[in-house]
Amino acid sequence: MPSEESRATMTDTRSIAGPAIQAEDRAQEADHPSSLVAKFGVDQPLQLDCGIDLSPFQIAYQTYGQLNAKRSNAILVLHALTGDQHVANIHPVTGKPGWWETMIGPGRPLDTDRYFIICSNVIGGCMGSTGPASINPATGKLWGLDFPIITIPDMVRAQTMLIDRLGIETLFCVVGGSMGGMQALQWTAAYPSRVFSALAVACSTRHSAQNIAFHELGRQAVMADPDWHHGRYFEQGTHPHRGLGVARMAAHITYLSDAALHRKFGRRMQDRDLPTFSFDADFQVESYLRHQGSSFVERFDANSYLYLTRAMDYFDIAADHDGVLARAFRGIQTRFCVVSFTSDWLFPTPESRALVHALNASSARVSFAEIETDRGHDAFLLDVPEFFDISRAFLQSAAAARGLTKTGA
Amino acid sequence: MAAQQPTLPLNGLAQDPTVHYRGDHLLVAEMVERGSKVLDVGCGEGDLLQLLETRGIDGRGIELSREGVNHCVAKGLAVVQGDADADLVNYPDDAFDYVILSQTLQATRQPRVVLENLLRIGHRAIVSFPNFGFWKMRLQLLIGGHMPRTENLPATWYDTANIHFCTIKDFVELCDEINVKMERAVALDLHGRPLRVNLPWWFWNLFGEQGVFLLTRAGNGR
Repeated sequence: MPSEESRATMTDTRSIAGPAIQAEDRAQEADHPSSLVAKFGVDQPLQLDCGIDLSPFQIAYQTYGQLNAKRSNAILVLHALTGDQHVANIHPVTGKPGWWETMIGPGRPLDTDRYFIICSNVIGGCMGSTGPASINPATGKLWGLDFPIITIPDMVRAQTMLIDRLGIETLFCVVGGSMGGMQALQWTAAYPSRVFSALAVACSTRHSAQNIAFHELGRQAVMADPDWHHGRYFEQGTHPHRGLGVARMAAHITYLSDAALHRKFGRRMQDRDLPTFSFDADFQVESYLRHQGSSFVERFDANSYLYLTRAMDYFDIAADHDGVLARAFRGIQTRFCVVSFTSDWLFPTPESRALVHALNASSARVSFAEIETDRGHDAFLLDVPEFFDISRAFLQSAAAARGLTKTGA
Repeated sequence: MAAQQPTLPLNGLAQDPTVHYRGDHLLVAEMVERGSKVLDVGCGEGDLLQLLETRGIDGRGIELSREGVNHCVAKGLAVVQGDADADLVNYPDDAFDYVILSQTLQATRQPRVVLENLLRIGHRAIVSFPNFGFWKMRLQLLIGGHMPRTENLPATWYDTANIHFCTIKDFVELCDEINVKMERAVALDLHGRPLRVNLPWWFWNLFGEQGVFLLTRAGNGR
């Protein structure tokens, strides 16, 4: 998620602030989202990798722009770990702008005058797509940890059902960064004929050991919070905001870079000139991190965080193809654009390069650009003009090959 | 080696007055059949790829410099960051109709391995390189006593990226050694214009500023 202003003021400087009134809004959104919803009945179960058929279930989504008569101009935007379907509209819980408004809109790289943009909440995401914060129809209670473990391929399988529902056979493009990039790659590996092009940003075909380790740290922080109650906090009227806040703080460090932290905060003090010789947030960077933690817990379900981080951990495209990544893309006709950022240490450039090598081995048409920035993994969500230029040109080139006109007809 | 080379018509593209293309690019473009699939190794800012696209050719590129790559990708070209020494091994056999190595061979660590890879990946390879046997080069070393520099190769010996210079004669011998057949060969003068055909090799080696070669695997009947 985009970094927020560094000069965040904190009311409680000793710990992470508790969730505000938005908790109720968030609970409401889990089953009754402020967006479009596709409901799938018991006749259309979602077959999960863990062996369970999930039904009934629903997918919450948003669309922008117009689907053309040939149904050939649809772009599916895949969100990252803590994103949702509100990619280019005001968020119903936080009241903030969509998480990728820099990319999506009239005249922007994902031009809504030309393309039909779809963005859905992933399964397990709890902003309206079925997940641990949804009601389990079998018990009438919230799923909690009874919700089955989901994977990135499960998310994509659910998206194919949504796309079917919308009457779209082939997507013009799948676009995503980080966990969204993983989904984009899963689309191309599992449904190559349904994806004309793919823009995969700051991602990888597998989650690294270091990344799994960071996720485990976050999950343990959530589960160590006594307010978590083994995932049944909603019945106790609590939310493990301290544990989830710590998880977010740790994760947020991995989204930035040493250079960016130094540039933004250095060793500067927060509203004081001298150290207090206490554990108050003396440093700006501490205050900033605490703010990141507290604002996150207001809008995100703790169990959902456990499920989605787990889904990323399990992701490994090559493992499904005898350990040979190139086999996943054999004979693929999809046009690829892969983008990485120099200071991203969560999904560093060699991960993208390994993907590109596999695509080369499959003779796929691939563009690969590494963009120089000190803004770390978060760069894909920020104002990086070079990234916009590349995204725009890639889509325009693909649109020409697809025979789309300037107006998307 | 035959002392006489087939002619190479430079009609069509070269006559378009609105666009200015590099002489060696025009020559390369003339060598590539329309509708074919091409890999340009060391594609720079993608000028040759763009020229090839105007001819309906499916072009891909590899470029070492990040700036060059991003320039290409921002033009919508299918270009990846990489280099000839390290990354050609990732491509499967016969993946392309042509693989182009333009003014890059002399900057590779293992020119022989690179050349073999070009002809493994592509049915044909098009290789161009500056000819170190060019008379101006020889003269600078002979008379001046210093490492040659020309308009097209202005870098000094201590900061040049070119680590494996060769002459046209050297290159022809390497092709013989690794069983590569020359389908066409052209020497260009300082201005990128082809030298008169029907000249013997020693003349090209002396008066050609650069050589452009269309290569294929010997004995594969192509």
